[in-house]
Amino acid sequence: MAELNEKQVATPAATKDEIRLVEEMIGIDETGKIDITKLQQRLPDLKRILTNVIVKEKLLKHPMPEQDPVVRSNNFDEVALGYDAETAIAEAKRCLNCKKPMCRAGCPVSVRIPEFIAKVAEGDFDAAYDIITSTNALPAVCGRVCPQERQCESRCVRGVKGESVAIGRLERFVADYHMAKKDKPPVEVPPSNGHKVAVIGSGPAGLTCAGDVRKMGYDVTIFEAFHKSGGVLVYGIPQFRLPKEIVAAEIENLKAIGVKIENNVIVGKSITIDELFEEGYEAVFIGSGAGLPQFLHIPGENLMGVYSANELLTRTNLMKAYRDDYDTPIKHFNKVAVVGAGNVAMDAARVAKRLGASEVHIVYRRSRNEMPARQEEVEHAEAEGIEFNLLNNPCAILGDENGHVIGLECVPQELGEPDARGRRTPIPVEESKWVMDVDTVIIAIGTSPNPLIRSTTPGLTTTRKGGIDADDMAHTEKVAVFAGGDAVTGSATVILAMGAGKNAAYWIDEYIRRIHGDPPPPIR
Amino acid sequence: MYKVVTKRFLNDAKTICLFEIEAPFIARHARAGQFVIFRLDEQGERVPVSVAGYDRQKGTVTVMVQAAGRTTKMLHTVEQGDYISDIAGPLGKATEMEGLKKVCVVGGGVGCAIAYPIAKEMHERGIEVTFIAGFRSADIVILKDELKEVSDKLIMCTDDGTYGRKGFTTLFLKQEIEANIDWKRPQFDRVIAIGPDIMMKFLADVTRPYGISTIISLDPIMVDGTGMCGCCRVIVGGETKFACVDGPDFDAHQVDFDSLIKRAAFYKEEQDEAAKHICRMTGGKRNG
Repeated sequence: MAELNEKQVATPAATKDEIRLVEEMIGIDETGKIDITKLQQRLPDLKRILTNVIVKEKLLKHPMPEQDPVVRSNNFDEVALGYDAETAIAEAKRCLNCKKPMCRAGCPVSVRIPEFIAKVAEGDFDAAYDIITSTNALPAVCGRVCPQERQCESRCVRGVKGESVAIGRLERFVADYHMAKKDKPPVEVPPSNGHKVAVIGSGPAGLTCAGDVRKMGYDVTIFEAFHKSGGVLVYGIPQFRLPKEIVAAEIENLKAIGVKIENNVIVGKSITIDELFEEGYEAVFIGSGAGLPQFLHIPGENLMGVYSANELLTRTNLMKAYRDDYDTPIKHFNKVAVVGAGNVAMDAARVAKRLGASEVHIVYRRSRNEMPARQEEVEHAEAEGIEFNLLNNPCAILGDENGHVIGLECVPQELGEPDARGRRTPIPVEESKWVMDVDTVIIAIGTSPNPLIRSTTPGLTTTRKGGIDADDMAHTEKVAVFAGGDAVTGSATVILAMGAGKNAAYWIDEYIRRIHGDPPPPIR
Repeated sequence: MYKVVTKRFLNDAKTICLFEIEAPFIARHARAGQFVIFRLDEQGERVPVSVAGYDRQKGTVTVMVQAAGRTTKMLHTVEQGDYISDIAGPLGKATEMEGLKKVCVVGGGVGCAIAYPIAKEMHERGIEVTFIAGFRSADIVILKDELKEVSDKLIMCTDDGTYGRKGFTTLFLKQEIEANIDWKRPQFDRVIAIGPDIMMKFLADVTRPYGISTIISLDPIMVDGTGMCGCCRVIVGGETKFACVDGPDFDAHQVDFDSLIKRAAFYKEEQDEAAKHICRMTGGKRNG
């Protein structure tokens, strides 16, 4: 960035007087030397002026207001506070409104990005909301948890010189604006076409699929195993990153257009897919996610004080164990090691910190460059005091005579040659084993698809990794059964699951039209 | 919301209570050996409890719950006609009884509530059932009549001898096995034991020398009950299993009881503390 700023500041049109003024501000005297004392006095002014220049030249995103790291590491309130209207409009004006919007092509649910941003720039937030929700059923969620830096924002032309437009933050602003608005116009419930569709799971894939088929006219019912709807949005992603009230509000929006949700129904146990067909559903979408936690298979993994990230997160997020008025217990941790370096690992580490841990370590066998977590999450974790023990691979969990964790034995690693996916393979440095002094170990090395449905549904086939086989058109090997999201791919992101749900909705519509001899749906 | 259509205490001491709850989705597929997870209200925890019965026509499931921790104590204050917030299931695998001819079912305390539907289904299938039901003392004995109906031979015993025979279930199981040998009767194809972890551990020790296949039903701490959290992991034959999806029934001779018993006590402090804070005025009912 330093280089870019320099270029922008040194405008050729500067007069002698202007140059003299700059020199004076920096504290350069007649001899050309810098007076440090003077410069230090001037620093606040300088910072302000330079920032203004950068903002005026629209080089950087408007920063996201955040809770102070020290304060927030002790509470579960949302970390990022969101733009106000003024900032949102100013940020929206950074958009160049490209003729060929690359950003949109980078979005798995094809949000009409430049169009909604143009409306934000005009201050017409309602119109902006309508544009977003024409393709995205969960804008308040996506605005918060999408990895925009790898999707829409990575394609933004502004990013070539400076930072991309803050598309995610604007999306969040518009969604929050709409949510906070009191006198909303009544929603139109799309008329029913008389055909029934069942959706399994109320996570991002299921909600998106259900919302889309409902808008096409289908009577849709979501079957959810938990007492609360939202899947990973409620059990996995913590309150401070995605408030549960936001998820609930988005789900209410879907219910308002006629999506039905049956909680406490475990498809495969309470009812089978074949029985759903007997009940008149013409198509079934499986969006049951990847809920099965992986363990390390090292000694000591069943000691007390070893958790899967899923357990820690489910206790705190879904069951609200961090609140005194809820019954689900959680242990008081002191020193915690979180194994893994993905987004879930960051979430687990930050949750542990908020639950009162004095030390939280991320233990990862590769280096910083290979960490799968979003940069933003890593930075947030670091700011909150999470320590990173990289290039260390846990080889055993040690316990005391009562079976409680007292340490995590690690083998330091070196990076060798890149593997097939291009990630450098860690190689153990055996002789230098050491023990990290911890009382709690949280395993966050990924999840795989839950076998409940595939084991109770004859006709479904699965991949080597346990995902349900589904083609590009979301068809599984079983007629009229569609699948998408983590249930197919293994753990990925919210937005990819939403994209898969959206895709499945289209092909469900195509399928039901086809079997009834109706004209095909319009090409997307 | 799910309606409690029947509530009835099963013993004089009122330690174990029967609840019949409207839950059509569970009633439809529930089988002996499976469990359900209930939640009292918005602030409640998810608590697993075994299926004690079901009525497919009425769409109800029956559970028999012992008041132990905060939630179960609060459940005991729920009255007939009241609603609980959630109940989901059936979860876990049903007890396998394919090909069995002669079985000894052993229940310890509230474990008899879980053993009962298993014995019942076996009895209906024509399997010869010997039922050994053990309790601490007479005031907590449950299902006296029901157990008689579903077993070819019923042995009731109490630790203090206040009801039935005096002694532990292990003693009577050993006697029955020995009697089969002495009288040259066919030996049990299987022993199914359900009760406190420590009882099951000793029962496993009883059957091991005879090589009798022994299955126990475990109830470790769970959160979701669908294989998601891994909290309920148990070591069976050196391998880690999830009781919620791989069980709850396991081979007693393969289970690592020491780990099981330690893990079950992990939240004991929290549980004891929480149980102390049940309102004496309302019996723990929130919001009223």
